Amino acid sequence: MTKLLKPAFDLVHEIKPYGTSFAEYSRTRNNIVCVTNDLTASCEADEFRDQFPERYFSLGMAEQNLVGVLAGMAREGLTPFYPSFSVFATRRPYEQIALSIAYPALPVRLVGFLPGLTTPGGVTHQSIDDIAIMSQLPNMTVIEVGDATEAKTVLDAIEDITGPVFIRMLRGEVPILFDSPLKLGKARQLAVGSDVLVLSCGVQTESAMRVVSRAREAGVDAGLLHISTLKPFDDPDVLEQVARAKTVVTVENHLIRGGLGTSVAEVVAEGGWGTRLIRVGIRDTFTHGGGKDYLFDYYGIAERHIAAAVEEAIGRTVFSTASEFTSQSQLHNAAVAEGL
Amino acid sequence: MVLPELDWVDKVRDQAHRVRQRAARVCAANNGGYFAQACGSAEILSTLYSQLMDLGASTGPLVPDHFRGVPRPGEPALIGDIYNGDRDRFYLSPAHYALGLYATLVEVGRLDSCVLDDVNADGSTMELIGAEHSPGFETTSGSLAQALSVAVGQALARKRFGRPGRIWALISDGEIEEGQTWEAFQAASNFGLDNLTVMLDANGLQVDGWVKDVMKIEPIPEKVRAFGWNVSEVDGHDPLAIAEAASSFVEGQPSLVVCRTNPINSVPSLEGRHQLHYIRFRTGEVEAIKNDLGVLEESHK
Repeated sequence: MTKLLKPAFDLVHEIKPYGTSFAEYSRTRNNIVCVTNDLTASCEADEFRDQFPERYFSLGMAEQNLVGVLAGMAREGLTPFYPSFSVFATRRPYEQIALSIAYPALPVRLVGFLPGLTTPGGVTHQSIDDIAIMSQLPNMTVIEVGDATEAKTVLDAIEDITGPVFIRMLRGEVPILFDSPLKLGKARQLAVGSDVLVLSCGVQTESAMRVVSRAREAGVDAGLLHISTLKPFDDPDVLEQVARAKTVVTVENHLIRGGLGTSVAEVVAEGGWGTRLIRVGIRDTFTHGGGKDYLFDYYGIAERHIAAAVEEAIGRTVFSTASEFTSQSQLHNAAVAEGL
Repeated sequence: MVLPELDWVDKVRDQAHRVRQRAARVCAANNGGYFAQACGSAEILSTLYSQLMDLGASTGPLVPDHFRGVPRPGEPALIGDIYNGDRDRFYLSPAHYALGLYATLVEVGRLDSCVLDDVNADGSTMELIGAEHSPGFETTSGSLAQALSVAVGQALARKRFGRPGRIWALISDGEIEEGQTWEAFQAASNFGLDNLTVMLDANGLQVDGWVKDVMKIEPIPEKVRAFGWNVSEVDGHDPLAIAEAASSFVEGQPSLVVCRTNPINSVPSLEGRHQLHYIRFRTGEVEAIKNDLGVLEESHK
């Protein structure tokens, strides 16, 4: 079991874990091609471009055609990767993804950066619905990485998936939370507890680890599972624990509809388990630009909101003051090409 | 390119005529269909399949399997493209031209004529608007303008990695209204895809009526030429002109053949009809079409 983090901010980070590992991964796999929409260095495809120029294609800012090109390349036997900001990787060319890639179940990899509110770029750049719209596509596998180790190992994990995959990715300076590779369809058990079970994904796992750690120090028997495979949502260990739990708290950097919280709600309702569910996520609203801590706080997905959800779940006050969870600045964007 | 004896031109004309007859019979039996598209594109499709494309033999059964399910990871829909061999590839973008394609496949011996009785039948792969499980279909292109981008992607991969085989696509003029078409034109030119030839059936027709009344898309040849393509313009009912234009390649440029067609070619009795996109025959029209085209057999079986 990975040791839970203390609230103190002493994480070790890694620079460009995805971009470096993608180039390395592609070295011996000659069928991999990389197609970009004017966001090459911004999405850490520059190492691949410099090392394998013959397998790199810049298609310009024309995502509808770009997605069709991915499909044509896949039909020629290649495995195309399309790294972009997640809004441009998923929402803008949605119908092309649905019909040209997902319908024929082609082995295309969509790699979406700037998840949720991790960018100050405002509503146009904040991908708050990408998990929802990719998850509802038949044949699509959906994965979100939570740290540098997962960003580096996700490519090995998805190697044998013959259909399309959407990966919600982190870039730049990414914290190292885990010491073992991402396993497809397998949650990480970060804490076992019977008072409340927290399920988190993406960057929210770092926050959830702090909150759960504090809760356990305060005598709360809180469990924590980190979910990386969001679709299919069928890990038997997760389902069993959710079925047994009194209350589940889901924590995601995404709209509460169509993501992790919705997946839990579905299995709980269809299983007839009666597990209480509290969702921490963006609640049916568009968002605006600003710093990450400000935005997470404004939209109710900051650590203090996770802490409040845990307190609500167990029905009593645990944390001394709300202020102990403020301003946990996370430096995910210190090593990227631009200020987004 | 020196074309061989012109016997093939007469053969293609005969094939195109029979495509219209077969399409008329199917539409009459089904109380409607995409008849005008089959009439307008008959010479283009016949010339492509008989003279232009180097497809290789079909490995599909003469009577196709029934529908076996949509594609799933690891289980692609291998029914459609196996009818087009394994060398050149052919993308039909306006998937509602399916009937014309099925009838053409019959004419070139890749399907048995009896299968046309199954067009539109529940459980048949020969759907009204084809998908990639339908004979002759490489992709699921019923949402217009998507197939050209896929063709560009395959042509780009073949060119970059020095692989043989030309990529052909048939698109329609209404699709010019879709922005994706221009993205694809732009990319094909940017990468100098001289292994890509696009036939454009300019029949002037779209759902709401004539294209010219819906959106100003002309002048198509000048616009696409300005995008850096090798563009020619021909009478889309003249097999020799189609073949000559489509055989003239320019190094470093993708090719577009704008085929001006008449959606009621050989069917003068439909002259003046307002609605041509999807035709439901009115009283007496089937008789009139029989007059135009000659005898339509009752069944292909």
